[in-house]
Amino acid sequence: MNAKTADKIATGVIYAISGIVALILISMLAFILIRGVPHLSWHFLTSPARAFEAGGGIGIQLFNSFYLLILAMLISFPIALGAAIYLNEYAKKGRFTSIVRTAIEILSSLPSVVVGLFGFLIFVVQFGFGFSILSGAIALTIFNLPLLTRSIETSLAQIPNLQREAGSALGLSRWETVIHVILPAAVPSIVTGVVLSAGRVFGEAAALIYTAGQSAPALNFADWNPFNISSPLNPMRPAETLAVHIWKINSEGIMPDLNAVSAGASAVLIIVVLLFNFSARKIGAKLYKKLTSA
Amino acid sequence: MDKITQKLMQKSESTKKDSLGRAISLAALSLIVIVVISIFTFVMSRGLSTFFHDGVHVKDFLLGSTWNPSVINPQTKQPYIGALPMILGSFIVTFLAAIVATPFAIGTSLFMTEIAQKRGAKIMQPIIELLVGIPSVVYGVIGLTVIVPFIRQIFGGSGFGILSGTIVLFVMILPTITSMTVDTLKSVPRHYRESALAIGATRWQMIYKVVLRAATPGILTAIVFGMARAFGEALAVQMVIGNAALMPHDLTSPASTLTSVLTMGIGNTVMGSLQNDVLWTLAMILLLMSLVFNLVVRAIGRKGELK
Amino acid sequence: MVNNSDLKPVSEFITEDKPERYIHDMSTDKHEIAISTKDLQVYYGDNLALSEGDLAFERYKITSLIGASGSGKSTFLRSLNRMNDSVATVKGNIMYRGLDINKKAIDVYEMRRHIGMVFQRPNPFAKSIYNNITFALTQRGHYTKQELDEIVETSLKQAALWDQVKDELNKSALSLSGGQAQRLVIARALALKPDILLLDEPSSALDPISSAQVEDTLLELKNQYTIIIVTHNMQQAARISDYTAFFHMGKVIEYDLTRKIFTRPKVALTNDYISGNFG
Repeated sequence: MNAKTADKIATGVIYAISGIVALILISMLAFILIRGVPHLSWHFLTSPARAFEAGGGIGIQLFNSFYLLILAMLISFPIALGAAIYLNEYAKKGRFTSIVRTAIEILSSLPSVVVGLFGFLIFVVQFGFGFSILSGAIALTIFNLPLLTRSIETSLAQIPNLQREAGSALGLSRWETVIHVILPAAVPSIVTGVVLSAGRVFGEAAALIYTAGQSAPALNFADWNPFNISSPLNPMRPAETLAVHIWKINSEGIMPDLNAVSAGASAVLIIVVLLFNFSARKIGAKLYKKLTSA
Repeated sequence: MDKITQKLMQKSESTKKDSLGRAISLAALSLIVIVVISIFTFVMSRGLSTFFHDGVHVKDFLLGSTWNPSVINPQTKQPYIGALPMILGSFIVTFLAAIVATPFAIGTSLFMTEIAQKRGAKIMQPIIELLVGIPSVVYGVIGLTVIVPFIRQIFGGSGFGILSGTIVLFVMILPTITSMTVDTLKSVPRHYRESALAIGATRWQMIYKVVLRAATPGILTAIVFGMARAFGEALAVQMVIGNAALMPHDLTSPASTLTSVLTMGIGNTVMGSLQNDVLWTLAMILLLMSLVFNLVVRAIGRKGELK
Repeated sequence: MVNNSDLKPVSEFITEDKPERYIHDMSTDKHEIAISTKDLQVYYGDNLALSEGDLAFERYKITSLIGASGSGKSTFLRSLNRMNDSVATVKGNIMYRGLDINKKAIDVYEMRRHIGMVFQRPNPFAKSIYNNITFALTQRGHYTKQELDEIVETSLKQAALWDQVKDELNKSALSLSGGQAQRLVIARALALKPDILLLDEPSSALDPISSAQVEDTLLELKNQYTIIIVTHNMQQAARISDYTAFFHMGKVIEYDLTRKIFTRPKVALTNDYISGNFG
């Protein structure tokens, strides 16, 4: 076989492979959306789930997902930001830094089920938080920290050293330069990273099964006192999220409209995650434009 | 001494702020390290108590082929705690998924970087990026509603099993491996390609002999990352594998993985009991395996540097 | 001052009138010295990048540091306000206002407010033109809006930028051209009212017109500031500076009045360099 024939065959094979991959991936998305979207309705999105009869919704799960997401981001962002600032602005090359970087890398590659089990062991059992929003938020924080730290660090590293020198030359300390010069300049890319990580956190289930729990008790959406047990804001109540709900009903659900609920819930989950992913770059680009032109 | 010289000798506001900021950010970093250390300490100590506290032999655990911790074996007076079925299950689905995904990932990456950059950037890139972010339960739902019935029709049986698990994981790690491979291929310097073409190589020769060779360490890293993700994936696999803790003897009968047994079992056992401890030992294996994957990635990176 | 008489190479005996180094003795004339260095040595790791850099700089004068790339001139300049602290080891004394500012006890951030620096590439912050200038001030002191307005206007005028930007002070500084940005950076440094202004090739990244504007600005400023400037451009050094120091291989080879250096250099190496034989 001469080189030209081989070239043609190889090109053909590569085309075929990419075609198949594109087909698999597109049909997957289409499958979830086409199967799920017809089941979506205001009623479905807002009413509570039903265990034994048809007509249940995903209202509480959806609320739980967002509530947990916000809490997890509120806890993890400052920590990740601090860690990223230290790594990018203060850490000198050396043993300590390389150990820390290795630790973060290992944390980012830990299976999320292990993170969930750790959360179960420490927060649910040892600290007595039980299956609760709080335990879930901490587990999601641990799950989110390494990637968010790395993404913020990358954002900081993209700001040229000229800016740091400029700050130093004006008698500003490293910290003042970082807070007032580097961070504002890095905001667009940090925001992109945060929104992307929010998408990841929103879809996570394995870390939550044994921390936030698998049940969604009825909530009284008129009661916003976080100390009341039926208040949506109560951090000590168990909170099944949308992703966990999808897993749960597919594993052991017995309601007659199981397929419809599962399809609808999956579509909602995917739509939200896609929205996060789409908007991440859009928002980042918009902020960047604002920063350089205003 | 005038005012300025005096000020030069004192700690300025900036210096104070800097010390404080440095301390705060170091504290945040230390917190992450403490979390990592405590994950290892707690999971390991629970996992090891199977051996030290409950007196189970490591050999019985790793090589025993019967898993039924709540039943006592009348001969050995020990519960059935052979974890080999799950360990094998995890490794088999991981390797099969990686083997199937690799050619698809490399082919797609080549399409995106070498054959049709424009269409690659316009169509494939966004698809791949979106799919990296799809939650794993969604892959599980697809497995359950499409793949399992499909396998059932073709091969008979329940449809649950290693084959279904493999297919789900294949689709799941495909975007991960592809996007990392694309990054590696893009980092191969342009003059490598140009000099290959300049001496009369066809495009395929250029790809095969130059680009892929130069990108090998990066591609291997991508594959190992994909395997790490597959090995640690819990829910998507648990939904389609059948959850029968039996030695896998063919690809289409129900089996289980470390993660699926953990997901199913940890809530149904009492903390501190042997039935619970052995589950923690499975978690410990997961933990150690993710360390191993990390080490492999590092080793590949180091070898790549030497070249 | 430096006495190399024990170490004279053979060539010196042949051409007795051409010394190997010549440092103009600033202590004999009645100069007011703004900043001076003694036994300055800079190491990057184990690598000695600068030695024998003993210089004194006269107040309200412009001093140029010239020399080939890697001659140590930028290293020297950056050591003066300790911008090298994080990357290099700097030994020796830097005397400013009777203090050795190369000591641990000195607060570097306070010191840099008196010894400002402008870099080769313009580096405005991603903030408005106005905030670029006021930002460092407001970090430390309390100023009224009126005071800040005045400072912004004065420093922009000093940097010859006021007329071009006075109507768009709230625009992002990133929208300025290279020459404008560099003058903004100079204005930003001036707003702190420093004693000494260090400039590291401030016009090498600029086109000739912007570069000429920056030179004009510097000549205006020397009535109130002591200026030390590193430059690759010998015409620039000749045009604007009162003193010139020639660096070679990490040492100051010759330091003298600019007109002397460029007309009758005392060291053969200096002559070679300014006549373009190397570098």
